Amino acid sequence: MTDLHRLSHLDQLESEAIYILREVAAQFERPALLFSGGKDSICLVHLALKAFRPGKFPFPLVHIDTGHNFDEALKFRDDLAERTGEKLIVRYVQDSIDQGKAVEEKGKFPSRNAIQAVTLLDTIAEFKFDACIGGARRDEEKARAKERIFSVRDEFGSWDPKLQRPELWNIYNGKIHVGENVRVFPISNWTELDVWEYIRKEKIELPSLYFSHRREIVWREDLVFPVSKFISLDNSDKVETRTVRFRTVGDMTCTAAVESEANSIDDIIREIQVSRTTERGSRLDDKRSEAAMEDRKKGGYF
Amino acid sequence: MDILRFITAGSVDDGKSTLIGRLLYDSKSIFQDQLEAIEKAGQVNGQINLALLTDGLKAEREQGITIDVAYKYFSTPKRKFIIADAPGHVQYTRNMVTGASNSDLAIILIDARKGVIEQTYRHSYIVSLLRIPYVVVCINKMDLVDFSEEVFLNIQKQYLEFAKDLDLKSIHFLPISALNGDNVVDLSASMPWWKGKSLLGFLEDIELHTEEESPAPRFPVQNVIRPQTTEYHDYRGYAGQIRSGHFTVGDSITVLPSGLKSKIKAIDTYAGSVNSAYAPMSVAIRLEDEIDVSRGDMLVVTGQEPTTSQDLEAHICWMDQKPMTPGSKYLLRQTTNAVKASIRSLEYRVETSTHEKKEQTSLALNEIGKVTIRTAKPVAYDPYSKIRGTGSFVLVDEGTNQTVAAGMLL
Repeated sequence: MTDLHRLSHLDQLESEAIYILREVAAQFERPALLFSGGKDSICLVHLALKAFRPGKFPFPLVHIDTGHNFDEALKFRDDLAERTGEKLIVRYVQDSIDQGKAVEEKGKFPSRNAIQAVTLLDTIAEFKFDACIGGARRDEEKARAKERIFSVRDEFGSWDPKLQRPELWNIYNGKIHVGENVRVFPISNWTELDVWEYIRKEKIELPSLYFSHRREIVWREDLVFPVSKFISLDNSDKVETRTVRFRTVGDMTCTAAVESEANSIDDIIREIQVSRTTERGSRLDDKRSEAAMEDRKKGGYF
Repeated sequence: MDILRFITAGSVDDGKSTLIGRLLYDSKSIFQDQLEAIEKAGQVNGQINLALLTDGLKAEREQGITIDVAYKYFSTPKRKFIIADAPGHVQYTRNMVTGASNSDLAIILIDARKGVIEQTYRHSYIVSLLRIPYVVVCINKMDLVDFSEEVFLNIQKQYLEFAKDLDLKSIHFLPISALNGDNVVDLSASMPWWKGKSLLGFLEDIELHTEEESPAPRFPVQNVIRPQTTEYHDYRGYAGQIRSGHFTVGDSITVLPSGLKSKIKAIDTYAGSVNSAYAPMSVAIRLEDEIDVSRGDMLVVTGQEPTTSQDLEAHICWMDQKPMTPGSKYLLRQTTNAVKASIRSLEYRVETSTHEKKEQTSLALNEIGKVTIRTAKPVAYDPYSKIRGTGSFVLVDEGTNQTVAAGMLL
């Protein structure tokens, strides 16, 4: 272990993630990398370059497009696919709604976060994906802290936290029955700060959303929300222009911005180091109940 | 900055989750929104319930116990820490083994009012079996024994007495109160007799060193990278993570189990080729000769070969509801290798709370014993006591696909 502790924490985490990606390539027939355009999945693509170049990725990039994405994230996604020359598959939540498989939420804060799972499960079935790689981290949320790196889901995409396989040393068991799939989380052991320090070290490009910019916003439950055509405004909403950035990027309907002047990676790292709230503190979808994430995961959500 | 991975073990009410909560709280690693969420969930004896930070599942919060391993992260300017918060119940032994398998250090909690109990023996045995290099015995709830130094010293003596039979190389003791935070992050004013460090100070300063001074080089092959493009027409890189030791360009290599030989032509990373690489780096190795190498093979430096055999002896921890019976067939996964195997015999079961060896015909869920195994093909391995990365394996039931056992080769 002398050697182990000669590698910096970022190098150790990187090596572990590359090892996990290569295990996916070896153990599964039809894996996919779920790509959202956020910083964590951008890191996954960078790690895949490290794991498989000079060869091609042994999986396509798959984006489940809710239709409520930031334009900047979509443009970044398309540019990245072109730059790497890797295959990008996009499937749309709108199609699931149009087909009557998913029902749009009503009310003032409609979110497509939960119904994303419907489109995801259909996409898994369409391409017969047996493994889906995702950028979730255990530090994000308490239910995620419990999840294995190879997380087996049944034919309904459902996670049973009480029936997880023991996961020992770095021996991953990806054996599944037909219809089941495995969600794989190569950066489980990374924290938000690790991701940012890694982005700095590796000079990884990010969508402009992460850096401070002027944007029209409204206040919702003490959170700063971007004004977009996807949220309904009424007379009680006061639209203001503020200098903001996004700490996490999801749908425009559920991702809040933070007021920030940070416009370089160094600034962002300094900001996170002194921050008193978690990254998911700016996600409305997690604030719905004490077990919001656990319940969504049981329903097939990532 | 490096990483220290540790596990916390202790009986149900010894306060493991509270200790972790305290460690995170006093080291200012808890965020405002997390605090608000647990404050909303209610208080215990007029204090916020820090255990709620780690018990992430609904069923755990309902029952107030830890069912599965939770991983928690925090860092100080000196180190990044990964905590495996494992359940203490005997029925969750397999989850404790899961958490222990990747740990450098174990914290064993003892209730100062109760002293060493059966669970302490069981947890210490697992820590010793999995060869976690460092053990910190935290004698908790010192506030309930008037912060008595005598109580602390008696428990220390009692623990050292029974630990004589175990293979624990480095044992340290600390008197704490997780509930109040005494000696967890800050030194306690209530125990002026304690001249040691706080728990966090100890975890930050402990020097992590090797089990062996110069472990033998081991490289299990994960994938073969063959781009077959014009630019990389003849490229054939063996991708994998170095499990132990160093590899340098020019090293003479033996491929196991085939025994074929070659030399290292290049060691590649995405950033470019390097002259040498060491554990646990993930790299791609190219060889001078076009020989048959595929996933599951192991590259080793010629002259430092491990054992290669179809007959294995191992300690296993049984992890499945369906008991293990000799004669059953499983898939054995060791490094990147998967091979059919059958359990020939069960030599004995270990009574984990007394360390006695008992004769028995099968192993039930959470039982630990010594077995002999026959594999369909030769397996290259080192004893677990020498190199954890090549001496560990799991057994998979090919009917259910479940991981049914954790094994440590002798």
